[in-house]
Amino acid sequence: MSDPASKPQASAAPMGAIGRALDADLWFWFRSSPVAIVSAFVAVTLIAAALLADVLAPQNAFDAAQLNLLDGFTPPMERGMGSQMLFLMGSDDQGRDIFSALFYGTRLSLLVGLASVLFSLTMGISLGLLAGYVGGRTEMFIMRVADIQLSFPAILIALLIFGVARSLIPPQQYETAAVVVIIVAIGLSNWAQYARTVRASTLVERNKEYVQAARLMGISGLAIMARHVLPNVTGPVLVIATINLALAIIEEATLSFLGVGLPVTQPSLGTLIRSGQKFLLSGEWWILFFPALVLVLLALAINLLGDWLRDALNPKLR
Amino acid sequence: MKQMDKTRLPALFAATLLATTALVTWSAEAKTLRWARSQDATTLDPHSGNTGPNHVLGHNIYEPLVIRGFDGKLVGALATSWRVLPDNPSVWEFKLRPNVKFHNGNAFTADDVVFSIKRALMPAADMKSLLVSVEDVTKVDDLTVQFKTKGPNPLLVNNLTNLFIMDKEWSEANNAATPQNLKEKTENGATRNANGTGPFTLVSREPDVRTVVKKNDAYWGNAEYNHGITEIVYRPIPEAATRVAALLSGEIDYLQDVPVQDIARLQTAQGIKVEAGPENRPIFLGFNIGLPELRSSDVKGKNPLADVRVRQAINTAINRDAIQRVTMRGQSEPVGMVWSRFINGYDKAMDTWPKYDVAAAKKLLADAGYPNGFSITLHTTNDRYVNDEGIAQSVVAMLGQIGVKVTLVAHSLRVHFPGIQRGEYDFYLLGWGIPTFDSHYIFNDLYRTKTPSAGTWNGTGLSNAELDAKIDSLNSEVDTAKRNATIVDIWKWIKENDVYAPIHVQFIAGAMRSEWTIPTDVENTPKMKFLGASRS
Repeated sequence: MSDPASKPQASAAPMGAIGRALDADLWFWFRSSPVAIVSAFVAVTLIAAALLADVLAPQNAFDAAQLNLLDGFTPPMERGMGSQMLFLMGSDDQGRDIFSALFYGTRLSLLVGLASVLFSLTMGISLGLLAGYVGGRTEMFIMRVADIQLSFPAILIALLIFGVARSLIPPQQYETAAVVVIIVAIGLSNWAQYARTVRASTLVERNKEYVQAARLMGISGLAIMARHVLPNVTGPVLVIATINLALAIIEEATLSFLGVGLPVTQPSLGTLIRSGQKFLLSGEWWILFFPALVLVLLALAINLLGDWLRDALNPKLR
Repeated sequence: MKQMDKTRLPALFAATLLATTALVTWSAEAKTLRWARSQDATTLDPHSGNTGPNHVLGHNIYEPLVIRGFDGKLVGALATSWRVLPDNPSVWEFKLRPNVKFHNGNAFTADDVVFSIKRALMPAADMKSLLVSVEDVTKVDDLTVQFKTKGPNPLLVNNLTNLFIMDKEWSEANNAATPQNLKEKTENGATRNANGTGPFTLVSREPDVRTVVKKNDAYWGNAEYNHGITEIVYRPIPEAATRVAALLSGEIDYLQDVPVQDIARLQTAQGIKVEAGPENRPIFLGFNIGLPELRSSDVKGKNPLADVRVRQAINTAINRDAIQRVTMRGQSEPVGMVWSRFINGYDKAMDTWPKYDVAAAKKLLADAGYPNGFSITLHTTNDRYVNDEGIAQSVVAMLGQIGVKVTLVAHSLRVHFPGIQRGEYDFYLLGWGIPTFDSHYIFNDLYRTKTPSAGTWNGTGLSNAELDAKIDSLNSEVDTAKRNATIVDIWKWIKENDVYAPIHVQFIAGAMRSEWTIPTDVENTPKMKFLGASRS
């Protein structure tokens, strides 16, 4: 740090804010935290497995034509009656390989989680920026809507959005639209938190000299918000986003578990848990156990990483 | 004072004694049956929904003229005797039970029968398909009713077992003179209230939560059917695991619709017994053959299902043995027709189905001009039949193997049934209970051209004038041999045309705490009053 040569080099790097965050300081904190290392390892493994589902999974769990009903309810580590395939983690009631379904289910859960966080992040940042910078009635309106939103549990809002979407979309198209609907439903139910944070930071930045200078130069409000204010308010939001990723994954699983999420023919982790729950008390424990285990591992790993990131980026905790 | 004591004391003493004995016998027999199953009745209006869950509640509150016991045998309920008039084979005469009172105290008379049958024939009613042959109902005297049929109908009495009799006066006073129209989602005075003559009276009704009925002390059959139940609490519990857990924890006494995966476990559980057997109800898939173009298919300009080879291909691609073994865990019998072995017209020799053969099915599809298959949507209930959604998922997988890409829509019977009746689906799953135990009931509702009074559950668009004429002739054919020959004829036509793909006859299982003995009802509508009859 005291080396005068390294400092200007780091700040001059073309990577900008992200590059600065990833400098040796953060890496050092990472290496010295065993929790962070283990959870990063778990998260990366699961994400890699999800990305490589097509290559790694023995069966395409979403392709009904590959299922053999006679393989149904095969216990873990046994061969199916129909296809003679070895089922590492058993099979479900339709003969779907649980092990393969986990790859695809994790991919779907991660996709829904990431996309919905991105959705609420974009929405929350735009609205928060607008509210903080423009002020007046616009601010009043946006923030009161956010207050109303925050007074409901997120899952309730997601259910509501889901119900509306379901009645609007014809059932034939529903299966294909389900992923988009669930992303929007979870995304819309979580934007308020980001909007609040961004607005608070914008209120601070708005009156700083560089913003006033930009305004005097005649730059338009939109450009000031996007180019000048935005880069200075995103830091705290990105930490919230990491933690919210785990929450979004759990929210998706909850919705699917309640039967309003993803369809049984394209099972996410939540859908798998839902179909397994029927058989839990009947002796076929594996249908529920493995998806539940993966869901817990995934959410826990991302949560721990998020917590660690929050602490690592907080100078007051050092 | 003295004067009063002298006269009143013996009376008071007698009353106390009576009350005490009554109390003692009551508490000795006080028995509440907490009963759960997968779904609730859609309404209490006895003529609005011709479905099992509606009749289950109906049979304990209302009564038909004739009723079937657990074994399916006909017994008189509100009628004591019935006959075809010797001089006119087109008229049935019913002698009604005297001294019967409705729950509100009104006397039961022939007027109520005439009113109820006419009500069940109204456009909004769902029971009218059972009464297609009825031309008129007339009152002869207070306890005699005559049904005039369009030509002789030797089997009319079989059609009346689920036709409940309502109180004319009460219905007219309570906005229930016409049946509730379930398709239009209206309500009337009989939707949540009831005034029947049955063994139990309605105490409270919360749709989809609980329905409570208590013993009707004024019931005419209390001596004959000493069922010993003082109260029934009926609760729908949609989740299979929750339902079983409720029985195991003692929260309920009797569980209808035991999930097949739990039968083995419940059989070994302490203090619980299971009764299982086949229901008189085939489960099958319906093809929409009437549309010029399917709504959910990628094939445009023509309807692939209109080609019998496509239907045969689907029939051949369904592995019924696998469904029986895995999805149903042995709790079903595959069938080759939309029938069951309980009905008149069943023929073991015809009860065959194409051998499961993917290659043959693919060839049939290719011959029909779809070598790469096509896409279609399958609609199913997820709360009505044993493992209905599981069966549909298996069908999706099996058809996937021959290139037919099926999108599955699973929903509640409340959505599914009106959809079938409005002919909205291209491809759907349905089960058909046969209360008349006769083939005609299957033909008339599932195969006959859709009219306001017949073909009400024919969602296939099938309309064949020649077939209709044969079906209608069954209504009035008195010569049993000739009638049965026509039935065979119709089944032969059905065998060649594959308008439905039959899957199986489901077994039904009931589980109960061991102090109860409730046999399996072949219609899956247990009538609790018969518990006393079977005990004595």
